[in-house]
Amino acid sequence: MRFLRMKPGHGEVLIAEGDVDVAADEERLVEAFRRQLDQGMWAAVPTTASVGRREARMVKAFDEIPRDAERVIFFPRAAGGA
Amino acid sequence: MLLASIAIGVVIIGLLWDLLLPSVKEALERHRARRARLPAGSYDPGRERRAEQRARQLLRSCVNDEEWAMYRDLGFIRVWGAMAQAPRRGRRVGSRAADWASPDERRAFEEDPRAGAPYAYLVYPHKPIVAYLPQTRELLNEYCVEFPDETRPYGSARLPDSDDVLAKWMALTGDERHLIATANMHLPGRQVDPKQVRRDLWRLGQWERERLRREPRSAGSVPAP
Repeated sequence: MRFLRMKPGHGEVLIAEGDVDVAADEERLVEAFRRQLDQGMWAAVPTTASVGRREARMVKAFDEIPRDAERVIFFPRAAGGA
Repeated sequence: MLLASIAIGVVIIGLLWDLLLPSVKEALERHRARRARLPAGSYDPGRERRAEQRARQLLRSCVNDEEWAMYRDLGFIRVWGAMAQAPRRGRRVGSRAADWASPDERRAFEEDPRAGAPYAYLVYPHKPIVAYLPQTRELLNEYCVEFPDETRPYGSARLPDSDDVLAKWMALTGDERHLIATANMHLPGRQVDPKQVRRDLWRLGQWERERLRREPRSAGSVPAP
């Protein structure tokens, strides 16, 4: 599982990577996940639904991430624009 | 005589000083500005271009083939609305009964033939999301939303264009109600020119017809709900 974060002037940045079935990796991922949410990020898991329809699943806790997810994308929290 | 010449000389120097001082100061400032080192957080077009390329790759890997081709060819993505009822002009998607100003207003909404019609959003980079009814091409609302990264790694909180589109796409497909509730809602035309949106909808129609003609059964297409 890879954690990617969108960044201005950068595109996405790899912030953590690991195997959720390995306890040490999972702990590191949980820590990285919390840190991103504490920094005000939203997290989404891109998924493929029925009939090939692509969509995202917003996750607010590490437990909500599907175990087989390849990546989680963090992006800044939405704010109402002008 | 000597004293008079000295006095005249001082006056001339004084006048010249007043005349020349601003020009000398300006020339010095220009010289300093030319020699000054730019701060690290300044705009770098090469870096922004590389960031945009990376963002495009990420967007492409997340959306389906049709959406990617739409963005590549037209510069925006259409996302189908998933709520039970289409938004009404000046009303948020999924407004609750308690939100209505009066029973008459609620009745008018419930009797609106557009209630329950498929609706969609046009997602542009760094522009409001535009809600519309595909059947009639009626524009419903603009939803102004941003994703500012306040860490400002290079002095700007603005994501690359394709990251902004992907953020909107993920938030819309993942939690439409929440995103729309977060956005500032306006009537069409506040920021995005309705003529441009109608032109984009016409371009989208043409583009879809052409795509259907080329690929009768596109694997990555998203059917309307």
